Amino acid sequence: MIRPSLEPRPVIRKLSEIPQGGSCKAGFLVDKNAGWRNRTPKLDIDKCIGCLQCYLYCPDGVISKKNLDSDGRQLTKVDIDYDFCKGCGICEKICRRGAISMEENDG
Amino acid sequence: MSDRINARNISDSEFFYGHKACAGCGGSLAVRIALKVLGENTLLVEPAGCMSAVSFNYPQMSFANNAIISAFAGTGAVMSGLKAGAEAMGLKDYHVLGIAGDGGTADIGIQALSGLIDRNDDVIYICYDNEAYMNTGIQKSGLTPFGATTTTTPAGSRVKGNIRPKKNLFEIVAAHGIPYAATASVGYIEDFANKVKRASEVKGTSFIHVLAPCPTGWGVDTSETIDIAREIVDTGLWYLAEYYDGEFHLNMKPKALEGVSHYIKRQSRFKHLSDEDIETIIRERDKTWERIALIGA
Amino acid sequence: MGEIRYVSGDEAFAQGIRLAKPQVISAYPITPQTIVVERLADMVEDGSLDSKFVHVESEHSAMMTAMGASAMGARAFTATSSQGLLYMAECLTYVSGGRFPIVMMNANRATALPWSIYGDHRDSLSQLDSGWIQIYVEDAQESLDMALEAYRLAENEDVRLPVMINLDGFILTHTYEAVDIPSEEEISGFLKPRDTWDKLDLNNPVSMAFTVGPELNEEFNLLHHKASLAAIKELENIDAEYAKLTGRSYGGAVSGYLTEDAEYILITMGSISGLVRDSVDELRSEGVKAGVLKIRMIRPFPTDELLKHLGNAIAIGTLEKDISFGYEGTVYTNVNSALHKGRNFADSYDFIGGIGGRDISKEIIRECFTVMINQETDRLVRFVGLEVEDDVR
Repeated sequence: MIRPSLEPRPVIRKLSEIPQGGSCKAGFLVDKNAGWRNRTPKLDIDKCIGCLQCYLYCPDGVISKKNLDSDGRQLTKVDIDYDFCKGCGICEKICRRGAISMEENDG
Repeated sequence: MSDRINARNISDSEFFYGHKACAGCGGSLAVRIALKVLGENTLLVEPAGCMSAVSFNYPQMSFANNAIISAFAGTGAVMSGLKAGAEAMGLKDYHVLGIAGDGGTADIGIQALSGLIDRNDDVIYICYDNEAYMNTGIQKSGLTPFGATTTTTPAGSRVKGNIRPKKNLFEIVAAHGIPYAATASVGYIEDFANKVKRASEVKGTSFIHVLAPCPTGWGVDTSETIDIAREIVDTGLWYLAEYYDGEFHLNMKPKALEGVSHYIKRQSRFKHLSDEDIETIIRERDKTWERIALIGA
Repeated sequence: MGEIRYVSGDEAFAQGIRLAKPQVISAYPITPQTIVVERLADMVEDGSLDSKFVHVESEHSAMMTAMGASAMGARAFTATSSQGLLYMAECLTYVSGGRFPIVMMNANRATALPWSIYGDHRDSLSQLDSGWIQIYVEDAQESLDMALEAYRLAENEDVRLPVMINLDGFILTHTYEAVDIPSEEEISGFLKPRDTWDKLDLNNPVSMAFTVGPELNEEFNLLHHKASLAAIKELENIDAEYAKLTGRSYGGAVSGYLTEDAEYILITMGSISGLVRDSVDELRSEGVKAGVLKIRMIRPFPTDELLKHLGNAIAIGTLEKDISFGYEGTVYTNVNSALHKGRNFADSYDFIGGIGGRDISKEIIRECFTVMINQETDRLVRFVGLEVEDDVR
């Protein structure tokens, strides 16, 4: 599963370390988007039937498939990456089972 | 034709991640899904616009696949260059993908798009349409619909919002005799995903025009993007169709062409419109559907 | 020694490009460059050039396509002139800042308005700040040879910058001369296939041409500037190596003729240099210590190399085909800065001529030397070769 990942911010102290031409390796992140949220999606895993619509429609791709083993049965559910969720609320609207609810952040 | 793409079998990978697009951005959903369909061997070019501005600020590099920025007008031209370069370098099993906004495609980028289709390179062009120059703060573009207020067509007593209709970009592209073109909406994302898949299997240039609502510019809550992207199709204001083998094919006929008023009134960009204006919009929509019926799509 | 053919400057350049083996060519036709792209299309057709010829619909697209190809690691070529060069102007900074080693031939032509198809240097000189290396050639042979040397320079690891080779419109592009076209064997090894680690790569995905904010933008540009400066020495090295293979050397960023002891020197660029050398010979026979210094590479600007030739000068005249309206000719501005840095206080004149294809005759050249010898310093900047009386204040 390919996905850009968080890495330490590159430290550039010398001119020769500049990635000249404006070109560098792809897919590394130094910043989370979590701070954008005013509301956070809370997932009720028991209500989730694994229809994967929230996974499909998340503009930021922060919802991923999660396989659970429930007494020998393979269940597909979802998982949310709170580092990069912006709290848009699309997942709550799209879920037909009410498994996701947007809660106001504290403070 | 290969199996239909759905939520279960689409690639797990996220090639577009950690970007700084607005919460609920329709455009970023289109880019995300297109890349999941096409996979890691995608050579992507984007011009100036929302998608490049939010994803390519060193050192936050939100694309996991190869990507390059083009000058605003040059998406179609860079695509031809990537294709020619890839062939010269002997690359195999890759896709050349260009993704540009409505401004970057129908206005400043239309020359390069026309040239691209004329050259008929084996590439895919996706226009994500949020109906204005959103990246620069909501200015009118050639695809801004009649009645929308933008910062350059402010609704008031002298300037009554945008009074020009949307350019018919889909038909302009089809008139080139392109091998494959389609309209789509992020509200029907599986339909869009399968059109991307089909485009990738077509020899020659493909074009997909995907409606991608912008909560910020349209004046709706960030959670409403998908709902409104469905409503614009269900009201018949945006049709889902394809063009191939020299013919138009309608993918979906709404059960009833209704709900325009609800669609218009829920968006702040239309809040100044009168009932008369809404009647105008409905009349224009009806004319379009009469024409579609005549073409026999 | 290769094959001697009677060809125009445009055709000679096309032969040089054929030998350079670019993998992608994207060019839009414009007078007087058209012959270059037509010949290249012929070569693709007859198989003597194995290149992807992309038919673009504008100059802006020509440069963008070349950039896309170069981003893949391919060697790319394009060509243009005047209005076309200006149409692609925003792409020039993309390509130079992005460090793509593209070579472009520019047929120097007057910029509209008034509309003109004839030659002067205003088109390329207006783009001195674009970050490209700019070289001006004098004759058809040099055109061919520089097509090859340009790629060596552009793809050099310490340089990695696009190179613009300028040919005087019509005067050089359309004038026929006997040219020695090297054989593949003769120049074998001079230009290897382009090899770069910095490209879009399916095995190592890259983000290319990204945004840089204020925190690092200045440093990127400083690096670009230093890379450009490195081209001065590299051109000398490349010139020497090419001379070993073909016997032809052009001398690096500047080329002086009888400048060692010269007291009156004209600085030139491009094809006019030959006629000025003839005038210098005449003046020498009349006892005047005249000389001519040709600038071949104006970006990067070869300050030290230039100053070396001007040590004995009493007066220096820049003979150029440019005017920066409301000021002076741009080459003069560049030369004066060098003189000031080098504490050279010779009288410095600007002779602006050849605008819009106006002929610069031997008489006009003699007139420039006369002005310098007579110390007419009351008017340092002047247009020469005017056909009407200047009665406007």
